[in-house]
Amino acid sequence: MTTTALPPVAVEQPPAPRVRRRRAGTRVSLGRILGWTVLVIALVGTLFPFYWMVKSALTPAADIVSDAGNLWPTNPTAVNFARVLGLLSPEETRAAGGSGASINFALYIWNSVVYCALIGFFQTLFCAMGGYAFARLRFWGRNGLFGILIAALMVPGIFTLLPNFVLVRDLGLLNTVWGMVAPSLLMTPFALFFLRQFFLNIPRDVEEAAMLDGAGKIRIFWRVVLPMAQGPLITIALITVVWAWKDYLWPLLIGRDESVRTVTVALGVYLQQSPNTQPDWTGLMAASTLSVVPVALLLIFLGRRIVESLNFTGIK
Amino acid sequence: MTQLGLQRTPARRIQVPRPTRPRGDGRVALFFIAPVLLGFAIFYLYPTIRGFWWSFTDYSLLADPEFVGIDNYVAVLGDSEFWNSMWVTLCYVVLNVGSQTLIALLLAALMHRLTRSVVLRTTLLLPWLVPNVTVGLVWLWLLDTNLGFVNRTLDTMGLDKIGFFTNPMLAIPTISFINTWAFVGYTALLFYAGMLQIPQDTYEAAAIDGAGELRTFFRITLPLLKPILALVLVVSLIGSFQIFDTVAVTTKGGPVNASRVIYYYIYQQAFTYFHMGYAATMAILLVLILGVLTFIQLRLLRASESQLA
Repeated sequence: MTTTALPPVAVEQPPAPRVRRRRAGTRVSLGRILGWTVLVIALVGTLFPFYWMVKSALTPAADIVSDAGNLWPTNPTAVNFARVLGLLSPEETRAAGGSGASINFALYIWNSVVYCALIGFFQTLFCAMGGYAFARLRFWGRNGLFGILIAALMVPGIFTLLPNFVLVRDLGLLNTVWGMVAPSLLMTPFALFFLRQFFLNIPRDVEEAAMLDGAGKIRIFWRVVLPMAQGPLITIALITVVWAWKDYLWPLLIGRDESVRTVTVALGVYLQQSPNTQPDWTGLMAASTLSVVPVALLLIFLGRRIVESLNFTGIK
Repeated sequence: MTQLGLQRTPARRIQVPRPTRPRGDGRVALFFIAPVLLGFAIFYLYPTIRGFWWSFTDYSLLADPEFVGIDNYVAVLGDSEFWNSMWVTLCYVVLNVGSQTLIALLLAALMHRLTRSVVLRTTLLLPWLVPNVTVGLVWLWLLDTNLGFVNRTLDTMGLDKIGFFTNPMLAIPTISFINTWAFVGYTALLFYAGMLQIPQDTYEAAAIDGAGELRTFFRITLPLLKPILALVLVVSLIGSFQIFDTVAVTTKGGPVNASRVIYYYIYQQAFTYFHMGYAATMAILLVLILGVLTFIQLRLLRASESQLA
């Protein structure tokens, strides 16, 4: 009986909230519509430049004027991607609207990947070691030393950039991968600060248990602490990799040579080589698209992680 | 070996608490911090000292630095080009940080009240992940005078074309706008994260008291967001002063130095004219200015910290 009596009750209950909700709904609906309109405009405003970039990349160079106002290329083509990736012969490239100068974005992307991977891996590892020591180990002058290291956060990049350039030049490392990654390979104050903060906040119990089992500090760090810190380590590595991918000024100074040229430097060079009066827009947009693809993939696969990492890297 | 190890551990366990404490983990610690220390010493400390020394010398990169006292400082302070680039940078910073912060606040508040969508947040973050060089190129194309989408649209609407990068009055506002586009999503997400930390019951209380959305925003959200607002402002301001990539790609400081920001001027002095001493001096002055600004802002931050109890 009780079970059969329940449904009617359940049916009778909703009307009251529904009326209330509707009333509340109509009261704010204008504001809601306005709010959503702003968000949709922001969304479209964010995506449209990317859309236009891809659209222009798919436009044949010959159609650049006639298609300038069209939302879709009349004769979509992949030839611009083929030529900036260095897949076509100089004659074919010239026929497709290029200058015939050698452009090989496959190589530049590879160079950027190497650059980012080296920096992302080693900086994260070394800053994790350092951060752990500054958070957990006891040694003379620990806090003073940490304060000095963190003070480097306040020094703008251009100040250390000039002497670092001269140092790398004097060491004969211009146009080498090691010269390019050297200043970021061992540490950045930000990564060190961030990881120390994390190690300060994890409970000591597990480490102490391992210590009682006779494990040394180094063993504890490798076997116990690092696995526990996986999340923050991936977060900091991701941020480091994204920043390295965006780097422009330093690779521009150190790695102009084609063999080590990164994507951003290559884009700048490409624009310079292109005639001022009529830049090779279709090729430039194809190359730009290639520079966006890796980070876009990162965002698609790790978007939630990146978005959530902002919650604590940006604020704490 | 294993037997020895087993025998040794109990002995050590007894030793650890007292006698070894004062000595701490010195040797192990050195192993852990050696890479970080090395990186700091070579690429942060040494260049800082070296740059400071260069600012008192005449150094052309080709010959050794030659001591000239405070000549560089006198020259920089009397250099109208330096003051022009500082002025240009300041205009850029005000326009960029101002618009970016206001739009980001609006977007964050809307997201906070309307949606928890991760897709929306991820999309807004996309421009921040893209290299500034790419952003500069894409907007250079969109705003191109002849074939760019924006000017084509203006043209079909019967309006005059605008030289976004070629008009000296518009170069800096255009670059400010481009970087606002690139960083506003990131800033909005930082504000949004801050808003999520505000207890939900304050909003419920406000709703019961019959406060409208606008009133709630100005009376609750904004005051409670102050610490994060101040922090984000400090970070944006410092970052904004260091603009280089977008200028290097779009205008190269032109037309007629209308967009030659301080970073670009230092870069030119150092690597086009090889005036290393002069460039180092300007870099030091920039450090000082940023230091003072950060100090003031952190003071403001501390003053407002008590708001979030």
